[in-house]
Amino acid sequence: MNIVVCVKYVPDATADRRFEDDNTVDRVGVDGLLSELDEYAVEQALQVKEKLGDDTEVTVLSVGPEQATDAIRKALQMGADKGVHVLDDAIAGSDSLATSLVLAEAVKKIDSSGGWDLVVCGMASTDGSMGVVPAMLAERLDVPAVTLGSEIEVDDSTVRIRRDGDAATETIEGTLPLVLSVTDQSGEARYPSFKGIMAAKKKPVETWSLGDLGVDAELVGLSAAWSTVEETAARPPRTQGEVVTDEDGSGATALVEFLASKKFI
Amino acid sequence: MSEVLVLVDAVDGKVTKPTLELLTIARRLGEPSAVAIGSVDTAPLKAYGAAKIYTVDDADIKDYLVAPKAEVLAQLVEKTSPAAVLLPSGGEGKEIAGRLAVKTGSGLITDAVDVAADGTTTQSVFAGSYTVQAKVTKGTPIITVKPNSATPEQADGAGVEEEFSATISEQAKTAKITKSEPRKASGRPELTEAAIVVSGGRGTGGDFSEVEGFADSLGAAVGASRAAVDSGWMPHAFQVGQTGKTVSPQLYVANGISGAIQHRAGMQTSKTIVAVNKDEEAPIFELVDFGVVGDLHAVLPKATEEITKRKG
Repeated sequence: MNIVVCVKYVPDATADRRFEDDNTVDRVGVDGLLSELDEYAVEQALQVKEKLGDDTEVTVLSVGPEQATDAIRKALQMGADKGVHVLDDAIAGSDSLATSLVLAEAVKKIDSSGGWDLVVCGMASTDGSMGVVPAMLAERLDVPAVTLGSEIEVDDSTVRIRRDGDAATETIEGTLPLVLSVTDQSGEARYPSFKGIMAAKKKPVETWSLGDLGVDAELVGLSAAWSTVEETAARPPRTQGEVVTDEDGSGATALVEFLASKKFI
Repeated sequence: MSEVLVLVDAVDGKVTKPTLELLTIARRLGEPSAVAIGSVDTAPLKAYGAAKIYTVDDADIKDYLVAPKAEVLAQLVEKTSPAAVLLPSGGEGKEIAGRLAVKTGSGLITDAVDVAADGTTTQSVFAGSYTVQAKVTKGTPIITVKPNSATPEQADGAGVEEEFSATISEQAKTAKITKSEPRKASGRPELTEAAIVVSGGRGTGGDFSEVEGFADSLGAAVGASRAAVDSGWMPHAFQVGQTGKTVSPQLYVANGISGAIQHRAGMQTSKTIVAVNKDEEAPIFELVDFGVVGDLHAVLPKATEEITKRKG
């Protein structure tokens, strides 16, 4: 089976994140890494490989700036077999529609070199966090999307997931080929082992341009975006209010006083 | 005036509050047309200003995921050339919106917390540390809106019902729901709609009864941190944070929650924030309007008792 895992290189959420002057996310001037939520996608792909055997190949696909290689490398260290990096200056500032277009064309190109059966995505990125790319990708590839799985079962022809929805817990099934997205409940992602880190150095990473994919540069990037961000403003930091230390029940009394003063009681 | 399509969200045929919020927002942009897929009590749609109600029979599509619903909306967009399409910002609403955007070649904005009359949206991003304003520039604006983004306002709509029969492709019926176990109702307010949310984390040690008791004394919804959900103490539907729900209530009370960035992403825009935590160094205290350094197992039961006494 051939599996493609889509991963995103994102600004580190624990560091400062900011916008550029053109209101796009600053992806170059800040610390970045493999989006945490995509690690779960890599993990599930590797578990499928372990279950179905060695003729299963896991390709990591990322669309992003130069440094996105770091995200691909991390997935290779975890155990993926090879990487594809779609790198092209014209892509900068792309929205979800353009990103899904580039991803879809890259998956189709992977198809021509050996085929694909399963595309695995995380539930959302940790920066834009729209969570729409898996559905858009399925729409563009004209295949089913089995999304937001918290428990994943894959065999030679079928994907079955458990989804913990708001109103119900559902079992959802689809027939390959399809796009699967997994949540952070699907199982902890492994850390790269020393052996994995060494092995990753020899794993192939191909770099493709928009030209390689046959995508018109006019269709992507900030100028082609289907929506534009007009303004960004840092929210003023919250100022710390009163903090009391509980001593023999004084904390509860003070808490109730506070809630009453704000008319919550 | 142009139509504005509003995808109706309903539970057991009953229209949800976020749908009424969408109708209220839709009136700023044009004339609201509700799209009710499946059996829905349409009276509230009319009462909250729907001029038209497109009813769609779901007998053939209800066992499938979102693809058929996206086809229904795409065909309605073609038929009505609406000024915008509004959907609820949940997992399902966002996926339908994503597919609809691709199908109709339209721009998409998700998780809006406000939509102005000219279609400019406001969103809260980067874990609530930035506010951005955006606008769709191509095609039909497709906007998913978070719960609690508007106060539902009644307005007598014409409520003209029109049965719409969409053509659903076989390709849209390929991801099938084979089993569904409804969640038991807790009797508490919906997490994303509640005015007060009381959450518990690792500090509960797995026993949520004190958090729940305190929540009930305030008429609040109950939430949980990811640590509590990962430990199996609460179902995922209660998780507040980056990979769970984003809440923005009048009052948020975090109990035994340290306040990692992932949790803050889900609650940072709450109006008033209160925390109870044993660890005075917990980062949650940086956000609070009021904090108690103390053991929640001691503080919450006593506070619950005092509130109940006051309420008489």
